[in-house]
Amino acid sequence: MSFLEYRVKQAPTGLRKVLYLNWPLVVLVTAVAAVGFLMLYSIAGGSLEPWALRQMQVFGLGMGLMFGIALVPIWFWRSMAGVAYLIAFLLLLVVEFFGTVGMGAQRWIDLGFIRLQPSEMMKFTLVMMLAAYYDWLDPKRVSRPLYVLIPVLLTVAPTVLVLLQPNLGTSLMLLLAGGAVMFAAGVSLWYFGAVIGVAVGAVVGVFTLRGTPWQFLHDYQYKRIDTFLDPTADPLGAGYNIIQAQIALGSGGWGGKGYMQGTQSRLNFLPEKHTDFIFTTLAEEFGFVGAFSLLVLYALIIGFCLVAALRNRDRFSALLILGVAANFFFYIAVNLSMVMGMAPVVGVPLPLLSYGGSAMLVLLVGFGLVQSAHVHRPR
Amino acid sequence: MRRNPREAEESNRQLNRRTLMLGGAMGAMVAVLGVRMRYLQVEQADEFKLLAEENRISIRLIPPDRGLIRDRSGKLIANNEQNYRVVITREAAGDAELVLRRLVRVIPMTPEEVERAIEEVKSLSAFVPVTVAERLSWTDFSKVALNAPALPGVTPEVGLSRKYPLDTDFAHVVGYVGPVSEKDLEGLQSPDPLLRIPKFQIGKIGVEKWMEDTLRGHAGTKRIEVNSAGRVMRELERQEGDAGADIRLTIDAGVQNFAQARLGTESAAVVVMDVSNGDIICCASAPSFDPNLFVRGISHTDYKVLMENDHRPLANKTVSGAYPPGSTFKMVTALAALEAGVITPETRVRCPGYIEYGGRRFHCWKRGGHGSVGLVRSLSESCDVYYYDIAQKVGIDKIAEMGRRLGLGQRFDMPMSAITEGIMPDKQWKLEKHKQDWRIGDTINASIGQGYVLTSPLQLAVMTARIASGRAVAPRLVRMVRDQELPVPEAPPLEIPPEFLAAVRGGMNEVVNGDHGTGKSSRVVDPTMIFAGKSGTSQVRNISKAEREAGVISNDDLPWNRRDHALFVGFAPFDAPRYAVAVVVEHGGGGGAVAGPIARDVILRAMSDGLPSLEAYPSSQRGRIESMLKELPLRDPETGIVPTKTET
Repeated sequence: MSFLEYRVKQAPTGLRKVLYLNWPLVVLVTAVAAVGFLMLYSIAGGSLEPWALRQMQVFGLGMGLMFGIALVPIWFWRSMAGVAYLIAFLLLLVVEFFGTVGMGAQRWIDLGFIRLQPSEMMKFTLVMMLAAYYDWLDPKRVSRPLYVLIPVLLTVAPTVLVLLQPNLGTSLMLLLAGGAVMFAAGVSLWYFGAVIGVAVGAVVGVFTLRGTPWQFLHDYQYKRIDTFLDPTADPLGAGYNIIQAQIALGSGGWGGKGYMQGTQSRLNFLPEKHTDFIFTTLAEEFGFVGAFSLLVLYALIIGFCLVAALRNRDRFSALLILGVAANFFFYIAVNLSMVMGMAPVVGVPLPLLSYGGSAMLVLLVGFGLVQSAHVHRPR
Repeated sequence: MRRNPREAEESNRQLNRRTLMLGGAMGAMVAVLGVRMRYLQVEQADEFKLLAEENRISIRLIPPDRGLIRDRSGKLIANNEQNYRVVITREAAGDAELVLRRLVRVIPMTPEEVERAIEEVKSLSAFVPVTVAERLSWTDFSKVALNAPALPGVTPEVGLSRKYPLDTDFAHVVGYVGPVSEKDLEGLQSPDPLLRIPKFQIGKIGVEKWMEDTLRGHAGTKRIEVNSAGRVMRELERQEGDAGADIRLTIDAGVQNFAQARLGTESAAVVVMDVSNGDIICCASAPSFDPNLFVRGISHTDYKVLMENDHRPLANKTVSGAYPPGSTFKMVTALAALEAGVITPETRVRCPGYIEYGGRRFHCWKRGGHGSVGLVRSLSESCDVYYYDIAQKVGIDKIAEMGRRLGLGQRFDMPMSAITEGIMPDKQWKLEKHKQDWRIGDTINASIGQGYVLTSPLQLAVMTARIASGRAVAPRLVRMVRDQELPVPEAPPLEIPPEFLAAVRGGMNEVVNGDHGTGKSSRVVDPTMIFAGKSGTSQVRNISKAEREAGVISNDDLPWNRRDHALFVGFAPFDAPRYAVAVVVEHGGGGGAVAGPIARDVILRAMSDGLPSLEAYPSSQRGRIESMLKELPLRDPETGIVPTKTET
């Protein structure tokens, strides 16, 4: 009995699949997205324009995509992993050379109706690719140098392209997501120890080379690190964002200032309040209670994913779910660390809350894959 | 990809192990985030709440209304007038330049004003209102309001600005306000925050300056919410300040206006003082200027005209001008000699027309001499030799001491600018000032108010008031502050024996009312208002021997600025003195002929309700006086308008 046949027999078919979806996950994702709509409505000063309505439309579209993807058997997606990865990689190359320049970075292809960000696509295609790779690879060979090198290249190649755009946040996310899948797949901990050692060395190198013609990062990226180390040094310039964000957060206090009462956001002291810094408005208006509740919702989403991964005996499915969950987690962790002054401002949105079509769609596509893996798991 | 089940089981276990490790790490990170959240939002909440408030709240000052200045009976001298102005906000205007060009067609604006406004609008934040035009007429103002649809971003506003309805009459006394300058802020330890308000107006000279603290009041505050760009979102709280205190001067606006008109185009000053309490009833300096010009910001050409005028309209001659008092000083010398006992009122001195001292001749104004002269005649006919003689006997130090007791050589504390001390010289003074010993010749010169002696019209008025009242009255300018009468301390007696004062006053009576008096043309015939005084004609140059030998040159033949100053001091009524007056007409000629009539007219005006009655004048002068009074450009008491002369 082939593996394939085994699964076909056991998996639900037709519309019955809907009953087998991971419904708690759907509800949690919708709940978090709804919080996002509320915040965007508040930030616009009590108006659906310009953000809330569009975000809701994108979310509707994304949910459709998610259900569509969920109903397609996971083995189809596994077979598509290589193609998807290749397409995303080629598109990354295209934007590297022909992409539209926005905000000082080459990031998207304008298709007219939507601005396609290949770096966003890369987020789930990389996870798919690596999951498929480890599904194919004999687990005994996982830690062999040659077989470690292949996924490292698969991860690093797009990471470098994204970094060159330059988009520090997304490249970091790709690196972390790739690392998480490799970690889950059982690559020896020695490799991770070595990488961390090299990373520390690289950080030292980056700072040593600063100011020389060979400096590794853009000046504005160096500046972000400086600001992180001491935001008060330049309170009206580079440190303004982070100081104002913390003021917003802190002044929310225990219970918050009330919905649409956040002075920091309403009076425009907050930067990027509808995108990367959306959490600050939430924390200001709903206080610690609201902010912590959101954190709990996020933790629940990740928790349900982890449980789904643990319960899934298909190696591809489990790795895919883990990869998506890890990616989701890293976004949350980096964004919240950033707005709470624990990490440099690297420009990472808060998943499901921050305004942004591409990110939302990609996220829901990722959850679609998770659902597909869940629905079609071996029983 | 078929694997044996044992291996699959093994790899699956490892996957689960790693999943749990990942999950553990994630859980730990979520915990860290939660703790950080708690730290920021619970432990540090108060500090951040404060910072958020600081961000959001801005405190603005509400300028208080400046106190009004009124005359002794309540007539407005300095007022806060509705100032119709037009402001423009770039943000609301869209194309501010286009809107301004349209605005020019509605209200009168010079091209420079338009350019300046465009520049200012462009240089400031989009939401900051810029004042484009001020002090518009009601018509222009309503035109702007009517054309509002075509003028986006343009708002007509009403504010308060200082207005001096009696313009030239009180320019020197009250002064004017103007925007705070760097110089005003210099030397202030902790300046009132109001002074930091752009274009805030404070007193620059005169009462406006010296009573600034009383008039300014205290700022109110409003707490407003601002956004990150500083734009005002709403007002949260308002605390009204205290308006400045209104003050009432001792000056009578009617008398002041009469005096100003009576002085006309002369370069002259007149002070009228109440001899009982020192109230300054009138303090006029001519020519004058319109203080309203300065409030608006005087144009360069207007300022140049004022600066280049040789009659010095900007100077307040009543308190800043220091003149040799001439013969008006003779009462001081006489009182010093009487008190020292070197003469009695009956002592007679022979006047041959000059005395010789140290090989030098000191002439009497009357070349032929006065013959035998007593105290009364020495005053009424103003014999110089008499004083040359008695001054040598009494000595300069006693004369100077008497001068100071009568108010000369000292600065009176009044809320006016540039009050001069004058000079009341003595031996010590000359030694310190000129490093020279005092000479008898100096005493001779000083005895008739020449030489080193310098006095201001105010000091002369005080001197006369003290002689008339026998008390050391001091001048005062402010009668009431915030409807509270200021107390007048009773003036201490002069401690001069009354019979001496009576003798001198008798002499002053003869000056005006005697048959040969130098001031007989200033006589008052109304028995309730008998006028007494003393004329003075002070030289501003030394008459050379050659000139003297060539014969006395008539004043009229000299250039204006070398002619004698004409002075007159007086008081009335003679038997129960009420007012003292001092007049100085710069380069006016003879004191008796020029200054005396002015002094009489002004003091009569002070004693009358309205224009002085013709009955008070000698019948022979009435025709001339009547036409003179009719010609005076007096302010209409109701409308405050000064009639412009029409050719008939």
